[in-house]
Amino acid sequence: MAMDIQEFIKKVENEFDDLKPGVLKPESRFADVLDWNSINALTIIALVDSEYDVILTAEDFSKSETVQDIFTIIMSKSMK
Amino acid sequence: MALFSIPKFRISGISCCVPRKVVYNKDYKWVSEKERDLIIKRIGIEEKREATKGTTTSDLCFVAAEKLIETLKWKKEDIELLVFISQSRDYVLPATACILQDRLGLPLSALAFDISMGCSAYTYGLSTVGNYLAYNGIKKALMLVGDVSPMASYRDKTTYPLFGQAGTATALEFDEHAAPMFFNLQTDGSGHKAIMIPSGGMRNFPDKKMFDYKKIDKGVIRNGMQLVLDGYAVFDFSLRMVAPNINALLEYSNMSSDDIQYYVFHQANLLINDTVRKKLKLPSEKVPYSLKKYGNTSSASIPLTIVSALQKQVADEKLNMLLCGFGVGFSWGSVIMQTKNIICPDIIEY
Repeated sequence: MAMDIQEFIKKVENEFDDLKPGVLKPESRFADVLDWNSINALTIIALVDSEYDVILTAEDFSKSETVQDIFTIIMSKSMK
Repeated sequence: MALFSIPKFRISGISCCVPRKVVYNKDYKWVSEKERDLIIKRIGIEEKREATKGTTTSDLCFVAAEKLIETLKWKKEDIELLVFISQSRDYVLPATACILQDRLGLPLSALAFDISMGCSAYTYGLSTVGNYLAYNGIKKALMLVGDVSPMASYRDKTTYPLFGQAGTATALEFDEHAAPMFFNLQTDGSGHKAIMIPSGGMRNFPDKKMFDYKKIDKGVIRNGMQLVLDGYAVFDFSLRMVAPNINALLEYSNMSSDDIQYYVFHQANLLINDTVRKKLKLPSEKVPYSLKKYGNTSSASIPLTIVSALQKQVADEKLNMLLCGFGVGFSWGSVIMQTKNIICPDIIEY
C-alpha cells in the first residue's frame, strides 16, 4: 500500500475541528498545533487503526517529535 | 483457546436499576470547559448515575431482582442458584451473594456465590450459570451483576468522568429446546495493572498512608485506595484483542457477521467502541450504545445496553446476538446466543 504523508495530514485535519487546513506540516509537532492531551492522542491512535490498520502505542508517541516521525512509524508498522 | 458451547438454557428476563441522581460531564468543574467538551465528544459520555453514600451494588441488584421475579411471576422457592458478579462487594467477607440470598428470600437449598469480574462479568457469568443449568439439574437461576463503586477520585480526570453506576438482574432457566450458546473467553493477566485499585486488599492491606492524596499528573490527584486507569494500555489491549476474539467465535459457531442482528459491547468509551466496531466492519445500527446516558457502567454495561436500547426488540423478535465484555484483568470474552421473548421491565431509578 502506497502511503502519502499529505494524505495522512488531511485525515488528521478532518478529524480535528480546531485544526485549520494547511496548519499541519510534516515538521509540525502535535503538541504545537493541538491541545496535547491523552484524549487527542487516543483519537489519533483510533484514526490510524481505522485508516491504516496499525496500532500506535504510547511509546510510539513518546519517542516521536513530529508528524513525520509518527508517519514513519505507521509506515514501518504497516510493513510487518 | 477457551471456545465452547453450552446447550439447554436461555435468558428469560433482564432488569436494571440505576441511582436516581444524574451527574453531567458538562458540569465537571475539575477540568476546563474545553476538556469537558472533549470528554463528551470523544469519550461519548454526557451523563451518568451516582448513588448516594451508603448505597451498594447489592442494593441496586436487589431492587432489580425483585422487579424481575415479580414481572416473570417466578416463585422464589424455585430459584436454586444466585451468582453475584461485581468489583464492588458489600464487605471483604462474607460473599455478597449470601446476603442477597437471605434478603431476596431464596430457599436454603439455593447455592449462592460471588465472582470477582468487571468489564467481562456478563459473558463469564453466563458461562458459569449456563453450566449449572445445562449439566447440574438446576432449573432457575438469578445472575446479579453491577458496580456501584465510589473508588474513582473526583480530582482524577482519567477516571471520574467515565464511570456510571448500575445494578442488574438476569433471570436464566433450563430449556430443553434452547439453541446452544457459544463462548470464547480469554485472559491476559500481564495487563492487571492497567485497571486497578492497588490498595485495600490483602497485598497492600489498608493503612493510614494509603489515604494520602498524591498528584500523579496534570488533572490527576488520587490516593492508593482509588482507581487507576492506564488509558493507553487499555486502548492498546482493546484494539488488539477484541476483534480477533469475536472473529474466532463467529468461525467456531459457523456464523457469519451478517447472521448476527445485534452486537452488544461493554461500554468502555466511544473512541474504543467505535474503533472496534470499524475493525469488525459493523454498521452502527447493529451496535447499540448506553454510554451517552449512563457512562461506562463496568460489569453492568451489557445488560444495561440491552434494556436501554433493545428492550422492545429482545421481547418481540427472535434474534442472534453477540455480547462482548472486555477490560479489567485483562479479561475478555464473547458469547453468541439465540434470543426469544426476553422480558425487560423499564429501567428502575432508586
